[in-house]
Amino acid sequence: MKMTIAAAAGVALLATGALAQEQDLSGNVKARQGQFRIMAINLGILGDMAQGKTEYDAEAAQAAADTLVAVSTINQPPLWPEGSSEMDMDGTRAKAEIWDNMDDFASKWAGFGEAASAMQQVAATGQEAIGPAMGGLGGACKACHDTYRAPQ
Amino acid sequence: MRRLLAGVALAGVALAGAGWVLTAPDPVPEELLAGLSGDAARGEAVFTAAGCASCHHAPDSEDRLVLAGGQSFPSDFGTFRAPNISPDPDHGIGGWSFAQFANAVTRGISPEGQHLYPAFPYTAYAQMAPQDLADLWAYMATLPADATPNQPHDLPFPFSLRRGVGVWKLLYADRGFVLPDPGTPDLTRGRYLAEALAHCGECHSPRTALGGLDRSAWLTGAPDPSGRGTIPGLTPDQLDWSAEDIAYYLESGFTPDYDSAGGHMVEVITNFAALPAEDRAAVAAYLKALPEGGRLD
Repeated sequence: MKMTIAAAAGVALLATGALAQEQDLSGNVKARQGQFRIMAINLGILGDMAQGKTEYDAEAAQAAADTLVAVSTINQPPLWPEGSSEMDMDGTRAKAEIWDNMDDFASKWAGFGEAASAMQQVAATGQEAIGPAMGGLGGACKACHDTYRAPQ
Repeated sequence: MRRLLAGVALAGVALAGAGWVLTAPDPVPEELLAGLSGDAARGEAVFTAAGCASCHHAPDSEDRLVLAGGQSFPSDFGTFRAPNISPDPDHGIGGWSFAQFANAVTRGISPEGQHLYPAFPYTAYAQMAPQDLADLWAYMATLPADATPNQPHDLPFPFSLRRGVGVWKLLYADRGFVLPDPGTPDLTRGRYLAEALAHCGECHSPRTALGGLDRSAWLTGAPDPSGRGTIPGLTPDQLDWSAEDIAYYLESGFTPDYDSAGGHMVEVITNFAALPAEDRAAVAAYLKALPEGGRLD
């Protein structure tokens, strides 16, 4: 009987431990998804101008590009703790391969930074410069998603 | 009684014989290939549109033109592994004839006369124009050779029996285009790209219990064969993007709300981005022309 109680207590302890951990990491996941939302909104401002869906506005384009560069400077490791892959929890499409290839993952993030900087240089120079720079940004997104993002 | 038994036995033999004949490989008629001469420069666009590199480049390679094979494709029937299709004469397809290539790509028949598994989308490529096939062959001969040996598929019995694919082919091969009478040249091109070369239906259409494409629910989405997640439907009732949005997605990987493609679709977009804008617009027009629920058959 004593053994059973001890075992049950042990299981309960483990369970709360796991639960507590999951709650902790959901904040990290929200934070990293938030930065991707900021990216998407600003890519939208630029992409709509590139496609001619909205009128070109040099100031707004520059602000969007500056924001992309700012996002690229956010320190990433704290947003990607071990145990926060799609295999570990719901609500994320981050593949476990990220944690097997952290160096490569970091270089893919750096690739986004380079593409964002390229956009920052040209965003205010005219509507026709935005399309090619969007191509670079799309390439950077794909390069990472190809390997590290699971399908919906 | 003895006569009856003999009759049953005879019928059994006849049935087995008929089955053996029916499930035998059915090669491309030679006259279809006679006199064709391939243009490697034109073949590059066919190669890109057909997405050959997406599945046949090595799993960890950034170089999509070294077709060493080795990527794994999990399915309900086991795990398939893409073979080496580089021009290496021993481990790739460098020793093949054009006829052998044509039979593999459009009929799913190996040079040894065996059935290939339909993880290789030859039921889509069956609609490939013979000239495109010749151009593709000419182009692929110009790619770098690689000596990586093929890895075996990992299939449980009975799927390990290649002859069984003959039964599958009776049910699901040789069905032609899905969308009847496209009408305009633009839609005809879009249908050719989406149904034949880019083989969109392979992932975006649901499959029957035997793994054949359910053409009565064409491009209406399907469970992801990896067992996790779903592959979205592309019919207008499910994908309400404008034709321009679809074309831009195929060019840039950005959805209308600037999310970005993931997984295998990234490879598809890399291919479409390298094609002319008219081709992306044609595929978009094709998708917009699909009926709701994909009911075409």
